[in-house]
Amino acid sequence: MEVPILKQGDFLIATIQAALTDADLLHLRTALVQQVVRCRSRGVIVDVTSLDVMDSFASRTLREVAQMIRLRGAETVIVGIQPEVAFAMVQLGLKLEDVATALDLEEGLAHLSQRSRSSA
Amino acid sequence: MTRIDTSPDSAQVQDEYIGTAENTRPASVLLRELVAHLRDNRTQLREEWARRITEAKLLTAMTKDEIFAEATSVYDNYVEALETGTFEALQAYARNLSERIIPRGVETHEVVGIVLLLRDVLARSLFAKYQTDFTKLNRILDAYEPAANRIANTVAVGFVQERERIIREQQEAIRELSTPVLQVRERLLILPIIGVIDPHRARQLTEQLLRGIRTNRAKVVVIDITGVAAMDATVANHLVQTVEASRLLGATVIVTGLSPEIAQTIVNIGVDLGKMNTVGDLQGGIEQAERLLGYKVVQFAEGS
Amino acid sequence: MRDFQVVENEIHVPINSDQDIVAARQKGRSLAAALGFSSGDATLIATAISELARNIVTYAKTGEIQITVINGSARQGIQLVAHDEGPGIPDIPQALRDGFSTSGSLGLGLPGVMRLVDEFEIVSAESSGTTVTAKKWKP
Repeated sequence: MEVPILKQGDFLIATIQAALTDADLLHLRTALVQQVVRCRSRGVIVDVTSLDVMDSFASRTLREVAQMIRLRGAETVIVGIQPEVAFAMVQLGLKLEDVATALDLEEGLAHLSQRSRSSA
Repeated sequence: MTRIDTSPDSAQVQDEYIGTAENTRPASVLLRELVAHLRDNRTQLREEWARRITEAKLLTAMTKDEIFAEATSVYDNYVEALETGTFEALQAYARNLSERIIPRGVETHEVVGIVLLLRDVLARSLFAKYQTDFTKLNRILDAYEPAANRIANTVAVGFVQERERIIREQQEAIRELSTPVLQVRERLLILPIIGVIDPHRARQLTEQLLRGIRTNRAKVVVIDITGVAAMDATVANHLVQTVEASRLLGATVIVTGLSPEIAQTIVNIGVDLGKMNTVGDLQGGIEQAERLLGYKVVQFAEGS
Repeated sequence: MRDFQVVENEIHVPINSDQDIVAARQKGRSLAAALGFSSGDATLIATAISELARNIVTYAKTGEIQITVINGSARQGIQLVAHDEGPGIPDIPQALRDGFSTSGSLGLGLPGVMRLVDEFEIVSAESSGTTVTAKKWKP
């Protein structure tokens, strides 16, 4: 399943749908990095509002995305983690360390705007 | 010889051959005959049963009409369970019925009582019908009794389970009411925790808080544990997990009122307190929260 | 008024690929929801299934997950059985002692799965593969 990636000014927004396989996630990782380079984006938002389960693979892949994108000089924010998913994640010990998180798209954009402003 | 199969989920009543070599008839044939008899005499058996229920002063919380209406449904479900030998539909019906009558104040002994009365009423009608053929009566009872006992068990267990479910739901509701998540300012939530927390309550608090963060779009949460006397490692873990989960929703957590004992417990479970945002008391925590929120506002003003 | 439906009692999901991981956890979630588990608990169950299925794919390549409705003395629950004929886990106590984080590369993440469920049992040997049995009860 292809994850749509939208360009909004300096930022990219990837909205994940519910049933994402491992292959889909890896594909998304590659696509995001490519797009960041192509569009010279300063930030990426990954919207996981529709993700009903975040397991160790998803968590690890998202952290890798953030790392790879940081190497390209851009910041990643994960938004929309559902309360129940967050709860399951911490039970499992998945903390998404080193990755910024925000409540939703609006907050994510605010976070990225602030960051680019302060680093500008 | 009666076999009582009381497990609520085992398979259908076995098809067994009962009787001597000359007189063997499968139990299922006898059951069919029995079911036919119960259907043919439905009206008077139901009335007899309803009468005995009133006589035994059961279901006093219901009117005569209500009793008769429910009796009809129970009777029909009973006969159908006898006929099909499967009990899932009966189980579902029993819980449905229980859900209706429990709020009316009907108690377990009444439900068990009426089902046993029905069993007796039906058994007696079998005695009456087959009294001239003792051997046949015995065989019919051999077919009837295990199924009837199974039915009584299914209904009683269904009722008790439903009752327990309702009690648990009520307890849960009470617990929720007694642990408020307060929105005091925009984007700021306070969760004062008071008293003893067991792991179950801790989990409930966490869930409520996370939902609250989402609903109120909170950016800062102050969890005040001044009122918590002691915390074991499990609950301390929950607290740490709550902080982590809140961060995943984009909120910063400030923990206030940490006693030296609880601080020690947290350190003992391997958490670096330095990484946790802690302030001595609630007032200080709120002030810091406001700074965290206000700080961003100042930033914007300076930049524009 | 709750709707008491007759629920499918047992689901078998063969696990051979990453798509099966998704299928298994979706089926687990549906069953949990049909049984009346809270949404939060259904998520925990789905997450546990995902991790167990993932272990199968990663370490044994193929196996299966069985999701069953179970009945206790006064409550219902779900049982997950994850089985594979893979190489087995050489040091089970170590695998269960992995500390608090399962950043993926730290192995099987079994301690994490244990925290998601109420009962947990694991049997593993080189000759017979690995079977994990986990249960979660409806409170």
